[in-house]
Amino acid sequence: MVYDKKDFISTRDLTSEQIDYILTQALSFREINKREVKKIPTLKGRTIVNLFFEPSTRTRTSFEIAGKRLGADVINISASTSSTQKGETLMDTVKNIQAMSSDIIVIRHSFSGSVKFVADNVHTHIVNAGDGLNEHPTQSMLDLLTIKLQKGKLEGLNVTIIGDIEHSRVARSDIWAMKTCGMNVKLFGPPTMIPVGIEAFGVETASNMEEAVKDADVIIMLRIQRERMAKLLIPSEREYSKLFGLTPAVMAKAKKDVMVMHPGPVNRGVELSSVVADSQNSAILDQVENGVAIRMAVLSFLAMAK
Amino acid sequence: MKTLLKNCKIVNYDKITEGNILIENGIITDITTENIKADKEYDCTGKYVLPGLIDMHSHMREPGFEYKEDITSAGRAAVAGGITTACCMANTKPVIDNAPVAAFIINRAKNDGLFDALPYGAVTKGLKGEELTEMGDLIENGVCGFSDDGHTIMNAEVMRRALEYVKYFDSFISVHAIDTNLQGNGYMNEGRISAINGLNGIPSESESVIIARDIMLARLTKSRVHISHVSSKEAVDIIRWGKNEGVNVTAEATPHHFTLTDENCLTYDTNYKMSPPLREEEDIEAILQGFKDGTIDCISTDHAPHQDDEKFVEFGLAPVGIIGYQTAVPLTIKRIDEGILSWTDFVRLMSYNPAKILKKENLGIIAKGKQADIVVIDADIEYTYTREINKSKSFNTPFLNKQLKGRALYTFKNGRLVFQA
Repeated sequence: MVYDKKDFISTRDLTSEQIDYILTQALSFREINKREVKKIPTLKGRTIVNLFFEPSTRTRTSFEIAGKRLGADVINISASTSSTQKGETLMDTVKNIQAMSSDIIVIRHSFSGSVKFVADNVHTHIVNAGDGLNEHPTQSMLDLLTIKLQKGKLEGLNVTIIGDIEHSRVARSDIWAMKTCGMNVKLFGPPTMIPVGIEAFGVETASNMEEAVKDADVIIMLRIQRERMAKLLIPSEREYSKLFGLTPAVMAKAKKDVMVMHPGPVNRGVELSSVVADSQNSAILDQVENGVAIRMAVLSFLAMAK
Repeated sequence: MKTLLKNCKIVNYDKITEGNILIENGIITDITTENIKADKEYDCTGKYVLPGLIDMHSHMREPGFEYKEDITSAGRAAVAGGITTACCMANTKPVIDNAPVAAFIINRAKNDGLFDALPYGAVTKGLKGEELTEMGDLIENGVCGFSDDGHTIMNAEVMRRALEYVKYFDSFISVHAIDTNLQGNGYMNEGRISAINGLNGIPSESESVIIARDIMLARLTKSRVHISHVSSKEAVDIIRWGKNEGVNVTAEATPHHFTLTDENCLTYDTNYKMSPPLREEEDIEAILQGFKDGTIDCISTDHAPHQDDEKFVEFGLAPVGIIGYQTAVPLTIKRIDEGILSWTDFVRLMSYNPAKILKKENLGIIAKGKQADIVVIDADIEYTYTREINKSKSFNTPFLNKQLKGRALYTFKNGRLVFQA
C-alpha cells in the first residue's frame, strides 16, 4: 500500500508516489461517475460522518456523493445542529461520533490544526475537508487531477496562484503538493494578503498581474471573502477587481491555452470576470467533477487501510 | 535553634565563595569556614547555594480559579523550584484592584509559611484600562507594584497618568506589552512557521511598539516602568536604548522565551501557545545577550497554570501560558552548562535584581544579617519531570515527562526548611 497513514490531513507530507497513487485511483472512480448506474459496493456497510463546523455546499455535497456512490451510509452534521453550541468540546463531539462506530469522519473546522488535533487523538479515520487557513488536501488533489487530465502531465508546468494567499488553505495545500510534483509555483496578490514569512513556501512571487499570468500554464484564482475589507486587507471589491482580478484584458497577456481554475464559490466580477469564468480556458466545472472522484479515492483507500 | 549549611559553594550576584552558613531565628548570623556546632546540619558538598529565588511574574489563580492553582499549591510548586518569593498578577476573580483581595493573598501565603506571595495591584479597575485603582490603599495593604498583566493599557493617556500617580508611592508598573490591534486574532509568532502552518500570526512589533511607547512615557513622567516577559530582539534593542537614555526601565524574560522557538507550533501542541508568543532563534540570542549586558534585569517564570481539559482543545481556543516555577532552575542551568550564563548571572537575574526592583533589602544576597531565604541546588541530577515531581495543581508544560538536569535540593524560607527533594 503506497498510502499507509490512518488519516488524510495534509499534502505537506505526501510523497510524489502517494500523489500518483491517489490520482490513479481517482481516475478509475471517474469512469464510474460517467456510468448510468453510478454506485459500487466498495464501502457497503461502512459509516461515514461529514462533520462540518463551517458552512459548505460544494465540499460537503461532494463528500456525500462520493460516500454514497461507494455504497457507504453517509451522515451530515453541521455546526448549527451540533452540540458544540451547548458547550461541548471538539474532542468530545468527535469521540461521541466515534463511539457510534463510524468508520470515517470528514471534518471541516475554522481553526488551523484542529483536524490534525482530532486525528491524533481518535482511532477512527479522519479526512480533512479544510482546517482554518491551514490545508484543504482533497481540493489540492482534485486540482492536480484536473490539470493532469488536460495537460497530460504535472512536472514542469507553471502554476500561478492569485489572491488572498495568507488566508487560503487551498493555496497552502496546492503549494505543498505542486512542489512535490515538480511544478513551478508562483504567487501573486495584494501585499496585505501575502503572508509574512512567505519565503518558507520556497516559491516565487510575482510583482504585478502581467508577470503573474505571462508564462502560466495554469492560473488558480482564489476567492475573495467579503469580511476581508473589514480587516483592512483591501479597500473595495471594485479596486480589487481592477488590480488583482482576472479579466479578458489580463487574459490577453497569458498563454492561449492557459487553464483557469477556482476552488469556488466564484465572486463573479470580483476576482474573476464572468467572461473568463465561462470561457474555453475555464476548468472550474471540471474541478467540481473531479472532486467527487478524488473523494471516492480517498474514502475508499482509507476505509480499506484497516 | 541553630541551622548550619556546611561546605557550601555560596553564589552571590558578584562572586562565588566557599563556606558554612549559620542560620538562627530566620536570619543568616554567620558565614564562616569554621565548623560551628548547630542543632541541625545540612551537608551541601558539591551543591550551589543561592539566595532564595524571586519570581517577579506569576499567576497563582486564587481567588477565583482555584481549580487551576491556589496559594498553597503555588507555594509548594514555587519552593520545589527554589523560589522563596513570588509576585502574582492581578487577573484573579475578583481582580486585585482593591485592598481586601491583596491582603487576603498575602495572609494566605503567610499562614502556609512556604513562601511570600506578593500580589501586584491592578493599574486600572477591573483591568479594563480605563480608571485608576486606589493605589494608595493597595500599597498600604502590601502590593509589590502594579500591573494589568494579560491586558495592555492601550490608552496612552491612562498609562501616562498611572505612571505619574505611582511615583507618589515610589512604586512601579509592570507592563504587559502587546498592541491588541496588531495582535488581532493571532495565536503565534508571525513568520516563517505561521506561514507554513496557517495559524494567525502576531508580529513581534506588537510588543516593541508598546515597549517603545511606555519607555517614552516613563521618560515623560520620570516614573519607573518594568517590562514583562520580553520575547523579541527589537524589544531588547529598545529597552537597551531606554536604559542608555537614562529612563528608569527594568525588564524580565521567561525561561520559555529563552529556550523554545515557534518551530514547536508546527505540532499545534497548545503547550506552546504563549503570550507573548514563542519567537525565533535570533530572539533567543538577543534575550540571552540582554541578560549578559544588563539590558534584561530578571528571569521571571510567568507561571500560568491551566487544567489539562482547558489545553486539550483547538490551538486557537486554548488559553495561553505554561507553568514555570519548577522549570526555571533546570532551564537556566542548561544555559549555564552551555557557557552562556554563569552562576552569578543566575543569582543576579533571579534574586539580586528582583530584590532591588521590589526594594526588599533583606533579600537577594547571602550575607550576615540577611533573611535566611536560601536554595541549595543540585546542578548535576538528571531526572524526568513527572506528574509526581510537579507540585502545581496544573500540568500544562511542554517539559512534562521530559529529561531535565538540575533542581532544588533544599529550600529554606526564613531559615525554615520548606522543601527537600
